[in-house]
Amino acid sequence: MSSNGLVIEAENMVKRFGRFVANDNLTFSVSKGEIFGFLGANGAGKTTAIRILCGLSRPTSGKIRVAGYDVYTETEKIKRRIGYMSQRFSLYEDLTVIENFRFFGGIYGLKRAVIMERAQNMLSRLGIKHFENTVISELPLGIRQKLAFSVSILHTPELVFLDEPTGGVDPITRRQFWEMIHEAAASGITVFVTTHYMDEAEYCNRVSIMVDGKIEALDTPEKLKTKYQAQNMNEVFLKLARKTN
Amino acid sequence: MVILFGMPLVQVLLFGFAITNEIRDAKVSVVDPTPDAVTHALRNKLFASGFFIESEILNSQEEIAENFRKGESKMVVIFENNFSGKMERGEHPTVQLIADASDPNTASMLVNYANGIISEFNREQRAASGIPLIIAEPRMIYNPALKGVYMFVPGIITILLMLVSAMMTSISIAREKELGTMEVLLVSPLRPFNIIAGKVIPYVLLSFINAISILLLSYYVFGVPVKGSVLLLLAESILFIILALSLGIFISTIANNQQTAMMLSMFAMMLPTILLSGFIFPIENMPEVLQWLSLAMPPRWFIQIIKSIMLKGSGISYFWKETLILTFMAMIFIVASIRKFKIRLA
Repeated sequence: MSSNGLVIEAENMVKRFGRFVANDNLTFSVSKGEIFGFLGANGAGKTTAIRILCGLSRPTSGKIRVAGYDVYTETEKIKRRIGYMSQRFSLYEDLTVIENFRFFGGIYGLKRAVIMERAQNMLSRLGIKHFENTVISELPLGIRQKLAFSVSILHTPELVFLDEPTGGVDPITRRQFWEMIHEAAASGITVFVTTHYMDEAEYCNRVSIMVDGKIEALDTPEKLKTKYQAQNMNEVFLKLARKTN
Repeated sequence: MVILFGMPLVQVLLFGFAITNEIRDAKVSVVDPTPDAVTHALRNKLFASGFFIESEILNSQEEIAENFRKGESKMVVIFENNFSGKMERGEHPTVQLIADASDPNTASMLVNYANGIISEFNREQRAASGIPLIIAEPRMIYNPALKGVYMFVPGIITILLMLVSAMMTSISIAREKELGTMEVLLVSPLRPFNIIAGKVIPYVLLSFINAISILLLSYYVFGVPVKGSVLLLLAESILFIILALSLGIFISTIANNQQTAMMLSMFAMMLPTILLSGFIFPIENMPEVLQWLSLAMPPRWFIQIIKSIMLKGSGISYFWKETLILTFMAMIFIVASIRKFKIRLA
């Protein structure tokens, strides 16, 4: 954590693939405990930005710090302090629920007892303690996504990246999922989430909307709605997307 | 698509060219203690046939043994002392044909061809002057009973190690990529080296156990000897396993899903292992292009090494070159995969 309470600081972040500019001068910051929505159409450059912030990909230029560390030189330190849940499902399907907890907990160097305690806690809060020894592939998608999120914050990171966590999930589960996100944020974990369900954007503290590699808008959902004279975030998004087209 | 349409073409070409069981240009050395007109005529006839090319002139038993162990010739033709003298006295001089039967098919074919040429030589001589026959005396070394197992065991070990090591690692890494678990691992504090090592070590153990069980089975059930050092054999096997694994990792850095990984490993490993390694089809018989290609095939070198250890009982001094080549290849694949891995992350 840096001294100014900012978990992510990005200044003029640029990523080029050949002549294609995926991230064009992104400047934004995320403060501790915030739920930051990172919105944009498919191919707007969201995943690229996340990959850079996670240390999976090197930016072309720009000043970027995550959890107070530099993404060029201190990726190892960053990796210890973040959690990540990808848009593709990312638990081991042939392991049981508890084995997945043990495996991922072990990767982050957690002690067995700590893992078991936290896992039991999370499972009983989700009300799925009876699935403890069930193989992941036998569970419905909604439960898997909740588990994947639980696993990604098992090591109590400062910051968790969720890349389209609710893709293909039914509305009820999506709501429950967002309750989990809010709980995590309340416990001090900063949440950086991408989605293209605009109703979900309303749940965020602040949202940024990316169009063609640029951040077109960044503010609280309320202020954005007022500014663009829209009923809901969906309208805001459409107006922004149309404006650039 | 390239694989789908390219595969049959390459296969047909490979099979068509590689699978010739005819002998061409096999290396043959000669022992001729008292050269004279008759031995010269017979030698010329042998080497004019196109089946053999003259490799070396040898002088002693030790040289013959050394020559075979180094694999410098497939057959040695030994003329008896005072050859034409015996003929003139009306005796039957003998020509010994010693063939390296660690590859039993080639050996028996070589001996058959040579026999044929000698009997034709006999016919011509008799028609001209009525001199008595030259007797050909074939002998097989390393595998006197010409057992097929002698040839298959080294080949099977090679194929199996290649298959288990390379194919399984490449598929299991590709699987992690497909499921998205690889990304989670990469975001974690684990270093890429740890991830790869974790993937690879189980397969090293597995392949090693496989190799040992094949060796035990072939020794106790089929009586295939291990004349050389068992320790050396195991060490070379580990080297080959590491090579195969690094090849597997390399494949998985190219392939993004299990299917491609599988196709690539089949294509890149199974076919060459079977066709171009000299396991079934002697390399000498292949067209020159394929012979060159076979130089780049790791199994080719490994089969040579295990054959020398198991059947010929030779030590490292006879195949340090092959060992070096394998080590070098393993290093190339490791460096290439590390590079690929980093580029993917950039």
